[in-house]
Amino acid sequence: MSGGVLSQGFLPQLAFIVIVGLTFCGAIIAVFHRNILYNVLGLALALSGVAGLYVFLGSLFIGLMQLLIYVGAICIAMVFAIMLSRPVHLPKPKRKLSKVGASVFAGLLILGVNLGVIYKTAWEPAAERKIDWSVKTIGDFLLTKYVLVFEVISLVLLVAMLGAIIISRYNGRVSS
Amino acid sequence: MNSLTLYLLIAAILFSFGLVGVMMRRSLIAILVSIELMLNAASLNFMVFNKFLSPDTSIGQIYTLFIMGIAAAEAAIALSIFLALFRHLRSINIERARELRG
Repeated sequence: MSGGVLSQGFLPQLAFIVIVGLTFCGAIIAVFHRNILYNVLGLALALSGVAGLYVFLGSLFIGLMQLLIYVGAICIAMVFAIMLSRPVHLPKPKRKLSKVGASVFAGLLILGVNLGVIYKTAWEPAAERKIDWSVKTIGDFLLTKYVLVFEVISLVLLVAMLGAIIISRYNGRVSS
Repeated sequence: MNSLTLYLLIAAILFSFGLVGVMMRRSLIAILVSIELMLNAASLNFMVFNKFLSPDTSIGQIYTLFIMGIAAAEAAIALSIFLALFRHLRSINIERARELRG
């Protein structure tokens, strides 16, 4: 039942390469395109690619959750916010090349540090591993060992929803 | 192809894209998009360690679910703040939002 089925053979490798390519294309569109709407659509592409990577990592459930929550909810909410704030499709002044170069340099620096960490560390799997990918186990953990975190997350979501409604309905004069 | 370092490399590259976006863009929504990319790289890392290293393969999936919940709350709050700021300034350029006074 694990994702090991997906990792052998020619066709899964091709699918893996295609999914990684889609993810990076989406990330490039999301970061470097000048139109905000294309940014959000590129983000949706990248998130769908990451959902595919989750399926390759053996968890179909998390992949589906990623599609539902990120692509289905967050990206659509961003598109709505763009459409409510009117003149964002107008052309904007270009960024100075020096600032773009500086930020790309900083990103490459962090990437170099991360690569150093990845390749210098000797990763060792845990001594005894329980391989269990079923959704039932996740539900058991959520309602026994992690029940406090689960409840706190639901409280955070409730408060965030109330706060979002109050902040975005606010339309009076600014006072005090 | 199916190794730990390859997935970690993919996540690191995604994180760097998000970081460059946060530092380079001047539109608030584009910055939020880049932050979502960085969050996704982090949860991809959780799933990779979960698949290859962790003692129990349910834990990483639960962490990823929690990250998704936090990201949804953060996106809702951020978008409503952007809308309020847009009503106030008629712009979502971050360089226009330079005063804290109401």
